Amino acid sequence: MTGAGTWSLGESDHQRITEQLSGLLRESSARCALLVDRTGQLLASAGEQLRFDSAAFASLTAADFSANDQLAKMIGEPEFASLFHQGEKESMYLADVGRRVILVVLFDERTTVGLVRLRVKQAVHDLAKVFEELFARYASGAPDQRRPLLEGAEDEIDKLFGD
Amino acid sequence: MSMINYASREINCKLVYYGPGLGGKTTNLEHVYTKVSPDTRGKMVSLATETERTLFFDFLPVDLGTVRGFKTRFHLYTVPGQVYYNASRKLILKGVDGVVFVADSQIERMEANIESMQNLYDNMAQYGYDLTKIPFVVQYNKRDLPNAAPIKDLQHALNPGWPLDNPAKQRLVVDPYHPGDYLIHEVDGTWIERAPYFESVAVSGEGVFDTLKAIAKIVLKTLS
Repeated sequence: MTGAGTWSLGESDHQRITEQLSGLLRESSARCALLVDRTGQLLASAGEQLRFDSAAFASLTAADFSANDQLAKMIGEPEFASLFHQGEKESMYLADVGRRVILVVLFDERTTVGLVRLRVKQAVHDLAKVFEELFARYASGAPDQRRPLLEGAEDEIDKLFGD
Repeated sequence: MSMINYASREINCKLVYYGPGLGGKTTNLEHVYTKVSPDTRGKMVSLATETERTLFFDFLPVDLGTVRGFKTRFHLYTVPGQVYYNASRKLILKGVDGVVFVADSQIERMEANIESMQNLYDNMAQYGYDLTKIPFVVQYNKRDLPNAAPIKDLQHALNPGWPLDNPAKQRLVVDPYHPGDYLIHEVDGTWIERAPYFESVAVSGEGVFDTLKAIAKIVLKTLS
């Protein structure tokens, strides 16, 4: 591997993921759930409208998780599979999904960390399957894999940058 | 790792500004932040110490336009330049799509530049990334200072090029940004490729957008 590579999230996968996030929110009474990839990009969200900058939030989430991964290694753990940040009113629970993405759940006093943790466990299991399938399709180069989106778009790219 | 989101119709790419401490990486992002319309950029996040030295990273998302109906969204990151912070510096490189090396042109900083470039190669290699094969540009910053080293010396020390083994790529390529220079050329029977370079004065914004546009364009072209 020479670089980080590319992958894409299709509309049907996005819909499946969003449905799972919505199910998690119903069962846990949490406010909203987000999925962020390990490089800090927001993949999907469900629940209450976000009142903060989601791109900034996603980048900080990935950094938070990466830093904690390194701390885990320092104390002899392979990873911290989940993190819990407790605030006075708002709290967040973060969980690793198949070493590829991070599930973030925001919740308040309408629920408990115990219930959130319990429901997240099942959601992580289900989401991991979705991502395993998604990346397996990429790895196998399945025939239904899309042609590169920007194939033949050199002129358009040149134009974008004023050349 | 660039990600194409068909649901939000976005292409997301990650660019990292790397280089020695106090070289101007954060200043590059600050200039982009102040010049780009608020509609096309997000919030700038800086995890810095009380003395404004980058502790973990700066982050700024910028939309650079639309290709094939997809918004091209670039996530710009800086790393902490100080040698001490290597653990956090390495984390930021995860999933990088393009790298800008911001060198400090001052003669006194030559050694710091070389050390940082070596550190970049090492940290990339630990992720299995090959810097000679991913989009990479070098920016020589602080060109306005009287003690700035000549470009020739900086290029020799920091961007001497690497042997190009792929016969399909062995053809003369003129540097579009510096007529008379080459990005790919043959020297004593060996084909050499070099990263594009830019001169800048980040505090006044000179060269900042040239650098950003160049790396963004190379990243998008690798997807095409």
